[in-house]
Amino acid sequence: MIEIKDLHKSYHMGSNSLHVLKGINFNVKEGELVAIMGSSGSGKSTLLNILGMLDEADSGAYFLDAIPIKNLNEKIAARYRNKFLGFIFQSFNLITYKNALDNVAMPLYYQGIKRKERSEKAMHYLEKVGLGDWATHLPNELSGGQKQRVAIARAMASEPKVLLADEPTGALDTKTSYEVMELIQGINDEGKTILIVTHEDDIAHMTKRVVNLKDGVIIDDTLVEQVRATANV
Amino acid sequence: MFDIERWQEIFDTIRKNKLRTFLTGLSVASGIFILVILLGVGQGMQNGISQEFEDDASNSIWVWTRPTSVEYKGLNPGRFFNMTNEDYGFIYKKNEEFIEYQSSRVRIWNAIASFEKESGNYRIEGVFPDFQFIENETMVAGRFINQQDVIEKGKIAIIGNKIKNDLFKKDIDPIGKYIRLNDITFKVVGVYSDKGGEREEERIFVPSTAAQQVFNRGQNINNLSYTLKPEKDFQTAVAKSEEFVASMTSYLKTKHIIAPSDERAIGVNNSLEQAKRFYDLMFMIKAFFWWVGVCTIIAGVVGVSNIMLIIVKERTKEIGIRKALGALPVSIIGMILHEAIFVTAIAGCTGLIFGLLLLEMLGPMIETDFISNPSVNFNVALTTVFILIFAGAVAGFFPAWRAARIKPIVALRDE
Ligand SMILES: Nc1ncnc2c1ncn2[C@@H]1O[C@H](COP(=O)(O)OP(=O)(O)OP(=O)(O)O)[C@@H](O)[C@H]1O
Ligand SMILES: [Mg+2]
Repeated sequence: MIEIKDLHKSYHMGSNSLHVLKGINFNVKEGELVAIMGSSGSGKSTLLNILGMLDEADSGAYFLDAIPIKNLNEKIAARYRNKFLGFIFQSFNLITYKNALDNVAMPLYYQGIKRKERSEKAMHYLEKVGLGDWATHLPNELSGGQKQRVAIARAMASEPKVLLADEPTGALDTKTSYEVMELIQGINDEGKTILIVTHEDDIAHMTKRVVNLKDGVIIDDTLVEQVRATANV
Repeated sequence: MFDIERWQEIFDTIRKNKLRTFLTGLSVASGIFILVILLGVGQGMQNGISQEFEDDASNSIWVWTRPTSVEYKGLNPGRFFNMTNEDYGFIYKKNEEFIEYQSSRVRIWNAIASFEKESGNYRIEGVFPDFQFIENETMVAGRFINQQDVIEKGKIAIIGNKIKNDLFKKDIDPIGKYIRLNDITFKVVGVYSDKGGEREEERIFVPSTAAQQVFNRGQNINNLSYTLKPEKDFQTAVAKSEEFVASMTSYLKTKHIIAPSDERAIGVNNSLEQAKRFYDLMFMIKAFFWWVGVCTIIAGVVGVSNIMLIIVKERTKEIGIRKALGALPVSIIGMILHEAIFVTAIAGCTGLIFGLLLLEMLGPMIETDFISNPSVNFNVALTTVFILIFAGAVAGFFPAWRAARIKPIVALRDE
């Protein structure tokens, strides 16, 4: 599903340049649930942003579902983001003036789906994350966990091939984190490919594979025994 | 434009960002409002002034004599001279094509007029029938001088309303009564009134020929009055009147041996020359209001542009989110412009309507001699609304375009 070869990325600030990704190689097959770990500043977010097509690599190859992602024009890039990728942010990134339902319906709007169908579909995903009753609430009326679940519903609404989550539990307490992880595991059980960036070992062990990043390269990539989130609650 | 989904999205955004929408709208609406009021008052002033002017605006020309001021052909400066009937006749013969009405005047200052026991000091003017039209006198009773009176040198008089009130008792009809002018008996045949008020009504008109004979003026006249035929436009009228004045003065100077360079000896008052100054003033007023109006529009454009910049800046993060969810740059630019155009259009029309209503309501209250029927050319106002909408769109386009093109991750980082 995801295939990257010798990926490099540097940030330039004035005359300084910071080499963040120094040749990343890895593959993710369909249906995998992968945790990306590593110390702060090791380039996890950078990698995920590139995978999510929010940012571009300097060099190297990236294939998403066997399609080369390189020098795409805006139109195609937008379509891929919309159809192939669902992104979950640490800071939720909900649109503040839209209610939960409208936030979830947002990617569907960009798929050109009619309003009525959009609402139905969005409602379906909201219910799936357990927030059916909160549909008309604005983000600032929701708790952090609820916001993140709205964000997950939004990421899933467009039925992407891959879900990318950058520290989805970073802003949540343990209990809420586990609830969110339970949700993610459930989605993965249905066959969706999911990549999660995390700092926390317990979260990482709820995935099926842990990739360790250090100084811009992968130092470790192991399959793990998945711990079900429900067992921890 | 008619994408219903887009409209719904816009209405959602507007409904949920009322303050922002209100502020954008307010600046546009107030700009248009001020402009409408300004142009309305400007137009009102223009109407008022031109009416004021039209009241006694004839293309009239007055000619009189003064002592010469330049030595010429052995004649000393300071010499008095008189125009004569011959001059009057000759000027007409030479300039027939220009002249509409004409009359020479013989003036007797401070004549004593009396009827029975009442008497007063008034001015007698010996004139021709046309004079009624040159001076725009309205007959209150009886008639003005006619050609017959001129030929017969009839001792008849037309008195002003003021004189009638001075000399005659209320219940006496002055027509047919005999009054004495410097002890010579004249028969009153008409009473006139003049818009200029009482001062203008203190004159007694008698036939020019009679005045010359009865008051011993020979062939002399004091004054020439003309109105010229109307021309199809103002510029031609001014040109023709100047041509006429030039031809007349050059004749009079030759005839009375006056130096061509003598600017004093022949006095000419050409009302069209004054009218021209009036029109120039009006043009200045108009230009001023336009200038202020254009400045208002520019201020409006700057205001709208600023708001658009701020709106786009404020929405950068939202744009990033939308892009991450798969929005096309076109759809983002479209969304921002659509909203901007919609809001400016509604606000512009609101301002326009309020401005027009206010003019309509306050218009009659501010009517004075110099302001009349303040109103606005609707098309001009509408065009301004379109200019503002267009400016808003252009001003919104560039920041929106830039924001829509930056990488989503950059836009998302914006706080
Ligand atoms: N936009 C940027 N401009 C410049 N430097 C950046 C930018 N984004 C990240 N960096 C730098 O690149 C390095 C990697 O950043 P990245 O966000 O990928 O780290 P991370 O592994 O996600 O860290 P954390 O666990 O703290 O989120 C860091 O040193 C960071 O300072
Ligand atoms: Mg990070």
